[in-house]
Amino acid sequence: MEETLNFIYQYREAIFIIILSIFLGIEVISHVPAMLHTPLMSGANAIHGVVIIGSIIVLGHAHDILSLSLGFLAVILGTLNVVGGFVVTDRMLEMFNKKNKKK
Amino acid sequence: MNDSILQISYIIASICYIVGLKKLSHPLTAKNGNYIAALGMGLAILTTILFHRTDGHAIGNIPLILLALAIGSFLGTLAAKKVKMTAMPQMVSLFNGMGGACAALISIMEFPRINPDIIAESGMMNGLTLSILLGLVIGSVSFAGSMIAFGKLDGRINDSKISYLKIINIIGIAAIIAMIVFIMFQEEMPSMTIVYILTVLSLLYGISFVMPIGGADMPVVISLLNSFTGVAAACGGFLYNNQAMLTGGILVGSAGTILTILMCKAMNRSLMNVIIGGFGGSAAGSDEGVEKHIKEITLSDAAVLLTYSQKVYIIPGYGLAVAQAQHACHDLEILLEDKGVDVKYAIHPVAGRMPGHMNVLLAEADVPYTKLKEMEEANAEMANTDVVIVIGANDVVNPAAEEDPSSPIYGMPIIKALDAKNIIVIKRSMAKGYAAIDNNLFYHPKNRMLFGDAKNVLQKLIAEIKAM
Repeated sequence: MEETLNFIYQYREAIFIIILSIFLGIEVISHVPAMLHTPLMSGANAIHGVVIIGSIIVLGHAHDILSLSLGFLAVILGTLNVVGGFVVTDRMLEMFNKKNKKK
Repeated sequence: MNDSILQISYIIASICYIVGLKKLSHPLTAKNGNYIAALGMGLAILTTILFHRTDGHAIGNIPLILLALAIGSFLGTLAAKKVKMTAMPQMVSLFNGMGGACAALISIMEFPRINPDIIAESGMMNGLTLSILLGLVIGSVSFAGSMIAFGKLDGRINDSKISYLKIINIIGIAAIIAMIVFIMFQEEMPSMTIVYILTVLSLLYGISFVMPIGGADMPVVISLLNSFTGVAAACGGFLYNNQAMLTGGILVGSAGTILTILMCKAMNRSLMNVIIGGFGGSAAGSDEGVEKHIKEITLSDAAVLLTYSQKVYIIPGYGLAVAQAQHACHDLEILLEDKGVDVKYAIHPVAGRMPGHMNVLLAEADVPYTKLKEMEEANAEMANTDVVIVIGANDVVNPAAEEDPSSPIYGMPIIKALDAKNIIVIKRSMAKGYAAIDNNLFYHPKNRMLFGDAKNVLQKLIAEIKAM
């Protein structure tokens, strides 16, 4: 019991951010028209590419060959997620906006 | 100083993700939302490279990092730009998998580096271990599952009806949880072997999780895996006490979950149903053995019927995408409008392979935004519609969803094509749709079949109308 309380105390800021973010995520996604489900999914996909920051930190402190290789790979994968994700989302959305402007 | 700049940039990045995501949920602001989120991401990456410090050490190996960024950007942009619009869902799945793999790799590398002082104090039972292991498992499951989803959507993997996969899934998740608990109860840092085993187990679970789910449900699965990867990213954020990763990750985790639930609602199926059942038992087939006749219509008759209508609704489906007939479709629409016919499109929320698929397809063909009507609106006008043209759509206009309780699609909201005065169905053959069931709409007296490839048929129809 005490360990659990300590845990919560130690990570209280992170827990706070997590809880707020959950509510935020729910709020932000309410009332999305069906046609935007996929671009939204694609955009969210790109945003979770933020995991790339972790891979940069890992590669940034790597010294041995194994860490360097895996870290290098991890950054590439993260970049694919971020860049690929945003470009795909943009492509999906481009299709919508041409219409709006023409009208 | 360094840390202040970094924290400020992470706050800005988090704001960008939140605002970006919000803007992405409205048609007019969506494009900007994407840019804003991307900007925030760029800022976070840049400042991390320049200002991040771990115990006073700055980020090293910068040339290597830049090289990796360059390679990833090049390949990612290439893949995203060159792929056909119909392959968009697969791409989302692919990139999602990349993120999951990244998270898993981070965990594999960070596990041996858990602060020995902390282990000396509390053994392996601490927040760092938990976040590393969760990031590893969730990232691996997401990676493997996303690859399978990619394969299914790309047509490379077929649905498997292996029923014992369900048992394997239950055993798999139990084993994974057991291993995590086991590792956390260790007093000292265990060997990496057990971590590798956990990784393989998670990968296998990811595969068997997605394998039994039907191809038609893939968009829902991808959305779910999307939120998984978000949670994996958040685990990384927890580990590094990194606010940008925490916000970005959890935001996607929760938003992604809501989105998944919304998608399920559009199909009127519960998430449990999708994950566990595929389409459940085969249809009892209330009129098997009853002779069913279809009537066809000639191109010239169809041309006449359409030209002398006042109101026409086009119901597009996956067949339109496959035939790449969206431009021909738009040409037909323009032609009919010139002749005084009011032409609109009825878009079912899950028509095609993903929500919004039809919208994107038709937008590519310059179909005005305002002509695309959502299901409820279109259904309200069906009774007044002279002709409904169903192009390559099947399950979304199947009346069994409303009439036959034993049908696997029963309860799914459909476009009420049956209410229109005349129905023309353009299809290549009498082949079944994704739900693999018969569609009584085709045999209805009001319906006429027009067989052929959508693009071909539409172009010929256009020629007929012009020749009138």
